[in-house]
Amino acid sequence: MNVNQSAPPVPPFGQSQPIYPGYHQSSYGGQPGSAVPPTPYGAYNGPVPGYQQTHPQGVSRAPPSSGAPPVSTAQAPCGQAAYGQFGQGDIQNGPSSTVQMQRLPGSQQFGSPLAPVVSQPAVLQPYGPPPTSAQVTAQLAGMQLSGAVAPAPPPSGLGYGPPTSLASASGSFPNSGPYGSYPQGQASPLSQAQGHPGVQPPLRSAPPLASSFTPPASGGPRMPSMTGPLPPGQGFGGPPVSQPNHVSSPPVQALPPGTQMTGPPVPPPPMHSPQQPGYQLQQNGSFGPAGGPQPSYGGPYPGAPNFGSQPGPPQPLPPKRLDPDAIPSPIQVIEDDRNNRGSEPFVTGVRGQVPPLVTTNFLVKDQGNASPRYIRCTSYNIPCTSDMAKQAQVPLAAVIKPLARLPPEEASPYVVDHGESGPLRCNRCKAYMCPFMQFVEGGRRFQCCFCSCVNDVPPQYFQHLDHTGKRVDAYDRPELSLGSYEFLATVDYCKNNKFPSPPAFIFMIDVSYNAIRTGLVRLLCEELKSLLDYLPREGGAEESAIRVGFVTYNKVLHFYNVKSSLAQPQMMVVSDVADMFVPLLDGFLVNVNESQAVITSLLDQIPEMFADTRETETVFAPVIQAGMEALKAAECAGKLFLFHTSLPVAEAPGRLKNRDDRKLINTDKEKTLFQPQTGAYQTLAKDCVAQGCCVDLFLFPNQYVDVATLSVVPQLTGGSVYKYACFQVENDQERFLSDLRRDIQKVVGFDAVMRVRTSTGIRAVDFFGAFYMSNTTDVELAGLDGDKTVTVEFKHDDRLNEESGAVLQCALLYTSCAGQRRLRIHNLALNCCTQLADLYRNCETDTLINYMAKFAYRGVLNSPVKTVRDTLITQCAQILACYRKNCASPSSAGQLILPECMKLLPVYLNCVLKSDVLQPGAEVTTDDRAYVRQLVTSMDVAETNVFFYPRLLPLTKSPIESTSEPPAVRASEERLSNGDIYLLENGLNLFLWVGASVQQGVVQSLFNVSSFTQITSGLGVLPVLDNPLSKKVRGLIASLRAQRMRYMKLIVVKQEDKLEMLFKHFLVEDKSLSGGASYVDFLCHMHKEIRQLLS
Amino acid sequence: MATYLEFIQQNEERDGVRFSWNVWPSSRLEATRMVVPLACLLTPLKERPDLPPVQYEPVLCSRPTCKAILNPLCQVDYRAKLWACNFCFQRNQQLLLPNLSTPETFFRGARSPLIFLYVVDTCLEEDDLQALKESLQMSLSLLPPDALVGLITFGRMVQVHELSCEGISKSYVFRGTKDLTAKQIQDMLGLTKPAMPMQQARPAQPQEHPFVSSRFLQPIHKIDMNLTDLLGELQRDPWPVTQGKRPLRSTGVALSIAVGLLEGTFPNTGARIMLFTGGPPTQGPGMVVGDELKVPIRSWHDIEKDNARFMKKATKHYEMLANRTATNGHCIDIYACALDQTGLLEMKCCPNLTGGHMVMGDSFNTSLFKQTFQRIFSKDFNGDFRMAFGATLDVKTSRELKIAGAIGPCVSLNVKGPCVSENELGVGGTSQWKICGLDPTSTLGIYFEVVNQHNSPIPQGGRGAIQFVTQYQHSSTQKRIRVTTIARNWADAQSQLKHIEAAFDQEAAAVLMARLGVFRAESEEGPDVLRWLDRQLIRLCQKFGQYNKEDPTSFRLSDSFSLYPQFMFHLRRSPFLQVFNNSPDESSYYRHHFARQDLTQSLIMIQPILYSYSFHGPPEPVLLDSSSILADRILLMDTFFQIVIYLGETIAQWRKAGYQDMPEYENFKHLLQAPLDDAQEILQARFPMPRYVNTEHGGSQARFLLSKVNPSQTHNNLYAWGQETGAPILTDDVSLQVFMDHLKKLAVSSAS
Repeated sequence: MNVNQSAPPVPPFGQSQPIYPGYHQSSYGGQPGSAVPPTPYGAYNGPVPGYQQTHPQGVSRAPPSSGAPPVSTAQAPCGQAAYGQFGQGDIQNGPSSTVQMQRLPGSQQFGSPLAPVVSQPAVLQPYGPPPTSAQVTAQLAGMQLSGAVAPAPPPSGLGYGPPTSLASASGSFPNSGPYGSYPQGQASPLSQAQGHPGVQPPLRSAPPLASSFTPPASGGPRMPSMTGPLPPGQGFGGPPVSQPNHVSSPPVQALPPGTQMTGPPVPPPPMHSPQQPGYQLQQNGSFGPAGGPQPSYGGPYPGAPNFGSQPGPPQPLPPKRLDPDAIPSPIQVIEDDRNNRGSEPFVTGVRGQVPPLVTTNFLVKDQGNASPRYIRCTSYNIPCTSDMAKQAQVPLAAVIKPLARLPPEEASPYVVDHGESGPLRCNRCKAYMCPFMQFVEGGRRFQCCFCSCVNDVPPQYFQHLDHTGKRVDAYDRPELSLGSYEFLATVDYCKNNKFPSPPAFIFMIDVSYNAIRTGLVRLLCEELKSLLDYLPREGGAEESAIRVGFVTYNKVLHFYNVKSSLAQPQMMVVSDVADMFVPLLDGFLVNVNESQAVITSLLDQIPEMFADTRETETVFAPVIQAGMEALKAAECAGKLFLFHTSLPVAEAPGRLKNRDDRKLINTDKEKTLFQPQTGAYQTLAKDCVAQGCCVDLFLFPNQYVDVATLSVVPQLTGGSVYKYACFQVENDQERFLSDLRRDIQKVVGFDAVMRVRTSTGIRAVDFFGAFYMSNTTDVELAGLDGDKTVTVEFKHDDRLNEESGAVLQCALLYTSCAGQRRLRIHNLALNCCTQLADLYRNCETDTLINYMAKFAYRGVLNSPVKTVRDTLITQCAQILACYRKNCASPSSAGQLILPECMKLLPVYLNCVLKSDVLQPGAEVTTDDRAYVRQLVTSMDVAETNVFFYPRLLPLTKSPIESTSEPPAVRASEERLSNGDIYLLENGLNLFLWVGASVQQGVVQSLFNVSSFTQITSGLGVLPVLDNPLSKKVRGLIASLRAQRMRYMKLIVVKQEDKLEMLFKHFLVEDKSLSGGASYVDFLCHMHKEIRQLLS
Repeated sequence: MATYLEFIQQNEERDGVRFSWNVWPSSRLEATRMVVPLACLLTPLKERPDLPPVQYEPVLCSRPTCKAILNPLCQVDYRAKLWACNFCFQRNQQLLLPNLSTPETFFRGARSPLIFLYVVDTCLEEDDLQALKESLQMSLSLLPPDALVGLITFGRMVQVHELSCEGISKSYVFRGTKDLTAKQIQDMLGLTKPAMPMQQARPAQPQEHPFVSSRFLQPIHKIDMNLTDLLGELQRDPWPVTQGKRPLRSTGVALSIAVGLLEGTFPNTGARIMLFTGGPPTQGPGMVVGDELKVPIRSWHDIEKDNARFMKKATKHYEMLANRTATNGHCIDIYACALDQTGLLEMKCCPNLTGGHMVMGDSFNTSLFKQTFQRIFSKDFNGDFRMAFGATLDVKTSRELKIAGAIGPCVSLNVKGPCVSENELGVGGTSQWKICGLDPTSTLGIYFEVVNQHNSPIPQGGRGAIQFVTQYQHSSTQKRIRVTTIARNWADAQSQLKHIEAAFDQEAAAVLMARLGVFRAESEEGPDVLRWLDRQLIRLCQKFGQYNKEDPTSFRLSDSFSLYPQFMFHLRRSPFLQVFNNSPDESSYYRHHFARQDLTQSLIMIQPILYSYSFHGPPEPVLLDSSSILADRILLMDTFFQIVIYLGETIAQWRKAGYQDMPEYENFKHLLQAPLDDAQEILQARFPMPRYVNTEHGGSQARFLLSKVNPSQTHNNLYAWGQETGAPILTDDVSLQVFMDHLKKLAVSSAS
């Protein structure tokens, strides 16, 4: 399918263009008021498609010079022809030649803000050998060919036949191939610029631009190739960035009710291969025209037309291919939500309200339900019966972040003290007092909202009720009026019936040869000296209650006595790694202030002591064991910070072998790569949990370290894993230190137990995250910080009542970092429905994806990856099919109809499916996959959102004065213009992509070098320059970093540079090198699946 | 018989040897009838200021099974340049060297440094620990500068301190509950691995001290300051000890690690492991008692009832360690200072088998410990330490004799040979023993068997010879050999019994028999040993007494035997054989010293010396008898382990009245001072320093005296005697008189 689809686009494009010439134009003209945007788009459209395609060919097929083999040319022509027409049609811009067109886009985008004209020339010039005779000839050839071909398409166009043929042709051709591949995309602009000039101009409407381009284009030879590529362009519809959609999208919002995607406009699937004529994606709103409800969308929807989105609606014309701009755009959805919901605070008083998206900045007012920062659900309206739920296949899950950090404007939960008797609870189900408890009999009793048990109100808690049956003190008591609050726990809630002592941090540092050689140890010790002053403290405490201890190790462990009374620290070596124990008690865990001098002395000496080490072997399990034993001996909970470099091969418990085997990928045994190598670590983790010992692991591997096994303990103890492959102080110290600072300073709850109670009718059945469970209900967390999320899945075990709804209560018992035992309670009331439509109307796709990703990532432990992928696809298809069947208004079977709330489900799901864990590329190591797998397990919704669908921000588009973040663009190569600079981030990685024809001035202001070629590829730091652009970009980078849990290391990628491969990996709407489908392809595939289900 | 006494004395002076018999019965049969075996007490390193070391290799007999050393008893044919071995009669062709006096010392071999490994218990009271730390620091200044020192501390854990590092002090820690093999210990200390690259790097160079070992054992001159500081910073074991518990003390593992450390680094080099402990091992291998205070440490009562649950296992552990240590040529000292027992019973084999010291005291903060410890490092007239290491004692006998065994601080080297008897007395079955640590007074009892058959008489004037060859590492780190060759006349017991009788050394015999008795007591029930001793005594009396059958009053013993029964009487009452009133630790402690002291000291132990000071004359020895306790006397008793000064009733009253302070009674002051001075003299010289008791009539400490004297007057017979002299002893023990009477009766009885 995919192939076909991708191929087909070409022809349609061509066709469409000819057909709609007017349309385009109109679109152009009509488009956004702002003159600037439209142009770019228009230009863009044309060019983009062309250029992607061209590219590929250009690159791969260089042959052009040779006189462009007939074949390629043949195709090319089509494309060109198309373009030509297109261009002409559009031409208002005046880009006469295709070349121009292509460039235009780039230049325009880029230029729009800046000076388009300038940019172009600049770019061109470099390339620029004036058109030689050769080029000319080539052009001619091209023209001829195109001419020849061109005619053909039109006819086919009618029946679509042509497209098909083209498609097939393209498929066979390199073109099609290139289409998918990265190089094309980006290279294209360049190549186009070069190559096209010659060839295309003639073909395409030779508008002014073209002319201008042509001269520069030296790349005559590439021409042919370029042409080739063009056809694919159709797929791209691309010209209009997501924006067109957006424009249209407004209606979308209105649509939500499910009208969505009725098969929008023309059913005839233009682009897709003939077989699947029917695919038209209609985003709900976007498609407006065709589908009744979606009228608004309709316009844009048709691929090419998109950019004419606005005008679109009117145009009845059949969209022929799936236009990327027509399909639901994450960017648009996010933007809309921001605009619509970002301004008002989200008030939680109403049951079953869907909160704004995670990408929207909003304030929360707690009026009885927990803030979405604490709990987000896949749906806020739950089917009343399990039959309905099964039918819909929509997972019912809540993503809970019990200790989430709040923005300063929002108050952290109040602490309630119920005195010696402890928090008031239901006698039967033990739920804690909450706003949903019903007081009856004049306030003498209350009925539990979870189990309906009627309980006596203890005398000291008694209060009269007002005329509405509400306690008169309801608003004085957080537990009666708020969604989130804390209780002070009594001694009954403590281990061994003893109030806990303050927790401890133990730093355990690998001092084997590798760690010393890379400078890690020195760096770390230096940093710790100052960092220890910033241990988390509670409230206004003057100093942190947390004590610290130090261990270094290679294949033996060194403990340090840093008692304040000592003049020098003392080192104690424990070699008995098989039977680890803690050699000292007094002086191991100390107060930082009291022992300051000794600690400093120790940290000074550690790098010296091991400077000459030749020990390369390390142990691992005994290190954790030692830390755990130390906490046990000190009778406190705490956290171990492990800094580790290599596979633990020394003779000791938990010793590991190098078992990395890429040959296992895509086999039934692939799952073993994710499974721990030995059960020893699970056992160890269990002991750690029992002791409240949380493990944070910092890895600095040079090679395979078996992250899958090493991360078992952090994973089960609520810890974090950080990985710095090939760590070098010069390159990585900022990232490491930043992560370390954040990790050490973050507030943590220790020795925690979380329990989720629900109304009768549903039950928490499955849990995902970094924790341990010894039974089926209690989530045990040795440590829990504000970044960690637990995803809980619910299943029906009875009927729910539409009237009373469903209530969730998440209770977290934990020890604060000052050693206080507390209970944090989050309550959330949801609606229940008997109509499926209600369910679909109240879903949150981001949360759904969060759940599905975690589900899939756990699945790979037990099933072949392919099975996991198929399961996801099937589930997604079922969800959408169910909607289509039960909720959507009747429409042609060929139409893809998506629920408004889930219109991004396919694109996001595709991102999950293409992720490294589920579909690894050749450059992804086994360790990377295991690392990402465990990271995702405890991500919250915002993190998964950006992780799977990266943010791509054009830097030079918006005016330099604008302080707001530039609007993002869709993660696709075709959205990149070679005259622009982009930032891409996904929460872990941060790229700065520099187009090849970026203005020199921009290059100068950002990189302090005079030309594009002088920019160092892979650069990690931008020079600090005193100019607005530099400041702005650096400021933006800083603010992006601040938003994320982990420091994102910057990598500067130049267009057409080697590193670009890496970058393109994150352009998730495109086909990936590892075989991941493009968004368009996947959508088609999904449509097919749905149709199969429906028939 | 003065001549014999002189002879004996001379021999002892010269050779450090005392034989039970100085004329030897010439046949096996006769010898067995002598009751007291032919045996000697040998002090291998007896100080001989007059004896200059000679600097050449000894000349050996060329017969491979003999290898005796050329000595003055050999017949030398100067002209033929031949000498005949006086043991095997092998004729050896050797270049002759000047005549040699009997014991000789030779230089030989390479030097290796002395090693002192301190193993220190940190589960001590603050005072004790402080005192111990000071003693240890002081000892550093007494060590030879090139000696290697090491430090292991223990409590709940065991720490091996690395001494080479600057700045941070570093130690390897072991848990105290886990028994580790020598290999594991060496692996964990990193003693095995780093050695390999070195060997690869320069295999040719013989490395005397692999650098690895230097981390834990450093020349004192290098790390003097470092170690002094380290000792100064030693803290009490930090692990909390809850009410009703003993601290967890891992003595067994600590020793094991010390042994393993030296074993891996310096095998067969003179080394002392010095264990300082303030309580019983309470965990891990070698634990003697649990940590519950409510369960007391085993007593003799428990042991008799087989109720000492840890004893056997612990003993086995320490025996294993002792044997390994002995094999490596190292010795283990135990310095145990505590009010309660510390497990010496279980650990005794460590010093016993390796020639180490055993010191017992109440606290490290006493002069008893401090001075005793200091005395370890005392020097001789040459300025050398009075300690030697890794000695092997090789005994060679002429054909008529065989070696039955040895009793002393040694282990068998299991060297069989023609002169090894099948009958064992003490540690037998060998002609060589290893004495890992010894000093100038270390004395072994060596037992022989006459094997000459009755029907092959020895020619008149024939002499039997014995050669003792002691090779050892001198404290100056030289290897030395000392050779002592002695010869005694043979006599036919039937015709020359008088000679033999006259040449009986009853002191040596008493000590030798006592050693046998004590040796047996270690493995047999107390009463059995006493019965055996009694039987031997009766037989001896029957053999050498003069009496008429069935007439006890006619019984007489010659002068050379006259004291022997009395020695036996006191031996029976001694703590070496009586465990009543002693803890198992004390018994072990007493027996330890008894098995290694020379004759004089041993005799004191058996029968304490009592001196009397009064206005009636100069100080004089008096009978160790209750009748000696008189009101107007000051008594000074030396039991070896205790020095007791006892003021008679009147003297005590006078002193209380302060007469000594009045100028006119200055003589009284002098009288009071005299025994103090004498006691001081003894205290200064003896190792271990005795417990010093200064008491008076009616004082609670007077029990030390009262328990030792012969209870000639008791509450039972006081009035029967009707005398005012002496002090009655409240005891049911028999007195010497009763004992003698009974002995006579049995001796003259024809029934026995």
